[in-house]
Parts: sequence; structure tokens; C-alpha cells
Amino acid sequence: MSAVEGLARLAACARREGVAASTDRVEALLRCADALGPAGREDVYWAGRVALCGGPDDLPRYDRAFARFLGADPAGAAAGPPVVVDRPVAAADGAGTEGDGARRTLADVREVLRGRDLGALDALGEDEREAVRRLVALLRPVGALRPSRRRRPAPHGEVDRRRTVRDALRHGGEVVALRHRRRVRRPRPLLVVVDVSGSMQPYADAYLRLAHAAARARPGTEVFTIGTRLTRVTREVAHPDPDEALRAVAAAVPDWSGGTRLGEQLAALLERWGRAGAARGAVAVVLSDAWERGDCALLGEQLERLGRLAHRVVWVDPHEGKPGYAPLTAGMRTVLPRVDAVVSGWTLEALERLCAVLAAPQHGTARRA
Amino acid sequence: MDSPPAGPPGPPGPPRDPAALAGALARHGYLADRGTATAAYLALRTGRPLLLEGEPGTGKTSLATALAGVLGAPSFRLQCYEGLDAAQVLYDWDFPRQLLHLRAVEAAGGAARAAEDLERSVHERRFLVARPLLQALEASRPGRPSVLLVDEVDRADDAFEAYLLEVLADAAVTVPELGTLRAEEPPVVVLTSNRTRDLHDALRRRCLYHWVEHPDPEREVAVLRLRLPEVTERLARQVAAAAGALRAAALVKPPGLAESLDWAGAVHALGAGELDAEVVEGSLGAVLKHREDRERVLRAGAPSVEDLVAAARRAG
Repeated sequence: MSAVEGLARLAACARREGVAASTDRVEALLRCADALGPAGREDVYWAGRVALCGGPDDLPRYDRAFARFLGADPAGAAAGPPVVVDRPVAAADGAGTEGDGARRTLADVREVLRGRDLGALDALGEDEREAVRRLVALLRPVGALRPSRRRRPAPHGEVDRRRTVRDALRHGGEVVALRHRRRVRRPRPLLVVVDVSGSMQPYADAYLRLAHAAARARPGTEVFTIGTRLTRVTREVAHPDPDEALRAVAAAVPDWSGGTRLGEQLAALLERWGRAGAARGAVAVVLSDAWERGDCALLGEQLERLGRLAHRVVWVDPHEGKPGYAPLTAGMRTVLPRVDAVVSGWTLEALERLCAVLAAPQHGTARRA
Repeated sequence: MDSPPAGPPGPPGPPRDPAALAGALARHGYLADRGTATAAYLALRTGRPLLLEGEPGTGKTSLATALAGVLGAPSFRLQCYEGLDAAQVLYDWDFPRQLLHLRAVEAAGGAARAAEDLERSVHERRFLVARPLLQALEASRPGRPSVLLVDEVDRADDAFEAYLLEVLADAAVTVPELGTLRAEEPPVVVLTSNRTRDLHDALRRRCLYHWVEHPDPEREVAVLRLRLPEVTERLARQVAAAAGALRAAALVKPPGLAESLDWAGAVHALGAGELDAEVVEGSLGAVLKHREDRERVLRAGAPSVEDLVAAARRAG
């Protein structure tokens, strides 16, 4: 086997383990190997690692691939089979081809469906379920605006020295008119945390679709699922098609419908991602019933930490607003004083209101919306 | 691919292999492990930008500085933040000087000159203010490329990232009024990221990638000794061991190499030759930068001051 063939086989192994070893990465590998000359095993390992990997997630995959490349048996490569959510495939008649009549029907259906409990969609027909899903996909959950450091020409605001003088140069050095500029305002990043534990199961589908809508409305939205484990699904929900995105999430999340350890999972989230930036200055949305199996003191501590990092923390309780419901669980009692707003999330109408709360510019007024 | 560089080994020429580079880096105050040395060597040889990721305080930025030292090359640092744009990183026109120039021409009775002529005269290279990126391109010479450090690229927004890609791909900048300014030789580019957001795949694809780990205890001791020659071997060992014990605990911000350096420096400044309970308590602020972490050690005792002292004693 020639050196090039060997390297190609290494790239193939890496690809099989899930490292996106694209053509230019393979080319980089060949160049690297060439630069190292006749190299030992460790040099080949490092050359492959720096050339083929693109991020920290790739590193363990690459290590497995390298073990396989050497002929060793990859240890512990087998993960459990992906859990498939029971969710029918979308009906073939897509949006966009409907005439006026269809749109009117949708509008009617919309009014009826707005007040339906999202957790009891199973009782509805497939058409109506599909309609609800489509309506959720139309929501635009984005964070409130904040001033960015970037500036843009504007009719008023501070004087734009650069453009003013550039204009003046065109007029032989005479300042004819003052130009202005203003700070750009852009939405705050959104951090969406969806509880996928057993008690949340009826709502998980709708909430993940909401997270998908958020990721579509503003790239850069971070999405996590929590249950017994923490899973980052930001990449998975980035798929333009909601059904594809949900399928990818279903494959990525190992702990559907398990128990909840909110405190521990929030700690893990803040440890790995939040402190680094996902939560910093963001509007954090936690969609959970706060049915905590673990330690509520830990949950409280982590919420306070999240509150210090994030601009606002909005808690979406699927039961809030239901007739006769009062937030009496230990978890909810821990949550209430530590978040900026508790919002109902049990109907489509409630989710629409949530979008309004997220985009609202003011700080934590209306603790219960 | 070109053949290995001719000429004598060692500085000022580029190092022959990763081991030689590691040696040269050590002479400039950076102790690289094998992976880091190989990654840096490959970046030099293949001309690709090197993307460094890792926990804060693992020495990503100082690698770039040491690399510049090894190459004997001018180095330029671009600290990224949100809202960076071309005028801040690439070039800007020096407007006041341009205006003065126009007035001067007028005063000298040059108003009769053709308007285009005037326009051209205010857009000469001397009125262009080069910012770090353009400076790096202009300072890069064949055989002695400059080193450009793009620090914390994850803090800039993605629009800037795309722009950066374009400039780095061509090693050239187009100024509409002047034309294209091309580097004689592409600079050596090191990007660092603390992973506050996902970098674009397009950027990752063009870079060699290296994850910088916390140093192992031995290397940490060596770094402490190298950077703080006044600190005794014994104290360096103790600080490294105690920092290791802190890293193993669940802290908000586990200490990085930078914090160990701070700590050793602080302990030395206190006039102490070793870590005992009093010294640890007095200098804890140098290594733990969060109130919660401090409380955990002082009150909750996970690990306690005694644990840290015990770990230190075992080490030296």
C-alpha cells in the first residue's frame, strides 16, 4: 500500500466515524504528510488530526478512526440505537400550492386550534395536528433588540466623520452636508432549553418545533434538550425542514421520556456552553414543568447563575394557565422567584404570547404572563 | 510541494521538523507538547492558517507570539470583538490629512488643476492608514513571512468571519481607489477561539485545527520554572499539584495555566517558599477568580485548603 493510499484509507476511516473529512481536508492531509516526510505513527496521528478534524467534537471520532486505521478494534464505539419518536410523516400536500379557499380554511382552523391544549393533540385528526405543526413553524421567536457595536448610515444620530469627509473630498474639500450614522440594533441571541423528560412528553414535539422556528428565525440560536442528560441539538434543528430537523433531533437525543435532573443538567449546560457564551447576554428560554427529581437547592443555585449570565430568563410552563392549575411543586416554587417571567405554554395562543414576551424590550416586568 | 529548506538548521531559517520547532519555541519561552509542535510545524510548512481551540488560559495566544519569535518575524495581533469591520482591521483613509492636503493645494493656487487630478492626489498610499491585517500583509516578505494572530475570532460576528476568509484566501486587499495590495508572501496566520459560538464550517475547512490541552503536571512545572525563574522548583511543583487538585473539582472556572502562573507569582511575592494553609488562604484570589469557587474551597471544603496543602506536600 502506498503512502497516499494509506492516507486515503485514514480519511475514509475518519469519515466512517463521522468526521467530515472533505476533499480539501484530505488534500491538507497529503500536504501535511508530505511536509513531515517519512513519519512515525505518532506524526501520522497528529497530521491526520490537525488536517481532518474541524472541531472538538471530531477529536474522539478521530481517535476511534485512527484505532480502526491501525487495525485495532474501536472500544466502546457502539452507542444505543437511536430512539425514533412516534411521529407520522408530513402529508404530501405542502404549503405554497394552496389557493384562496385553502388559505381561508387554514385561517378558520387556526382560530379553533389556537386554544387547543398542545399536550392533547393526539385526540385530534391528522390534518389538524399537521395544521398545528405548520402554525408552530410560522412563529418567529426572537430575542429583544439590543444595540450592536456595528454602525450604519442613518438620517439622524452621531456625525459620520468618514462619510462626511468623503463627501467633502468630492466637493473640493467643502463640507456640504453632515452625514450621520447610528448603532445597528439586532436581536439578542436566544438560548432555548427543552425538557424532554417523561412528564413533558406530550409537549416535547411542539416545543422542539418552536425551537426549530427560533433557529430558523435567527441563526445563532442555541438549542439544548435536557432530561437525564444534556444534549446540544443546535446543529440538528438548523435543518430548514421542520420534520427533517425533528428526525435529526430524535436521533441525537439519547434520553427521551426519562426522568429529569434539571439542576444537574443546567449545571452541565452552564459549565460547557453557558459560561463560554451561549448564555451570555442572551434571552434564555427554559421549556419545562420543573418536575425535578433531583435536588431543588441545586436547581435554584443554577438558575441564579443562569440569571447572572443571561439578559433575561423566561420559563415556559406547559401547565401554567390551565384551569385550576397552581404552581405548587417544589420545582416550580424554586423557579418562580428566580426567573424574569413565567409564561404559559399549553396552547398555540400561549406560544404566540411567548414570542411577544421574548421580543419585548423591557426587563422582567410581568413576572407571570 | 517544495523540497525541504536548504541551508543550516536552526534560526533564522524555519525549523526542519516538529522536534526542532519545539526546541526553538522553548527558547522563546513556550514549551509545546508533541501535538502542538506538529500542528504549528505543519501550519508553517503547508501555509494554511492554524485554528487553535481550547480552554481559556492554555496558552493559545502565547503560541502565536512565540512562533513570531522563532521566525524572527514581525507579528501583528488582531483582537476580535463584535461589530469589527474593514475600517478597523484593514485600512482607513486619513481624512484630516486628506482635507489638509486639499486646502494646501488650494492655497498654493492649485485650484486650476483638473478635478480628477485632485481626486487622485488625495487617494495616494500615504493617506491610507493600515490596520493590523493590512500591516501584516505589507510586512510579509519572501522567506520571512509576518505572523498574524487573529485572537478570539469567535467574538467577532459571522459577517466579519466571511470577510476575513476572503482576505486570507488571497493574501491581498483591494482598495477601490488604489487597486490591489498583495502580500509578497502570505503571512503565517494563527486564529484562536474560546468557543463562545460555533465558527463557520467554511473557516474551519480552510484551517488546520488543533485543540490545546491543559499541560500535564511535568510540563506545567517546566512552564512555571521557565516563566518565573525566581520561583523554586519545589514551589513550582507544589503550585502545579494544588492547581491540578482544583482542576479536578467541579468549579465554575477551573484554573488554567495562566492562573497557575499568577498563583506561583503571588505566592513568591508573599515571600513564601512553599504552600501552607496560611499562604493558600492568602493567595487564593490569584488562582480562583469566582466568588462561588472561593467559597467552595474555604467553606464547603471541596477541595479544602487542607486538601490543597496535602496535595502540594505530596508533590514537593
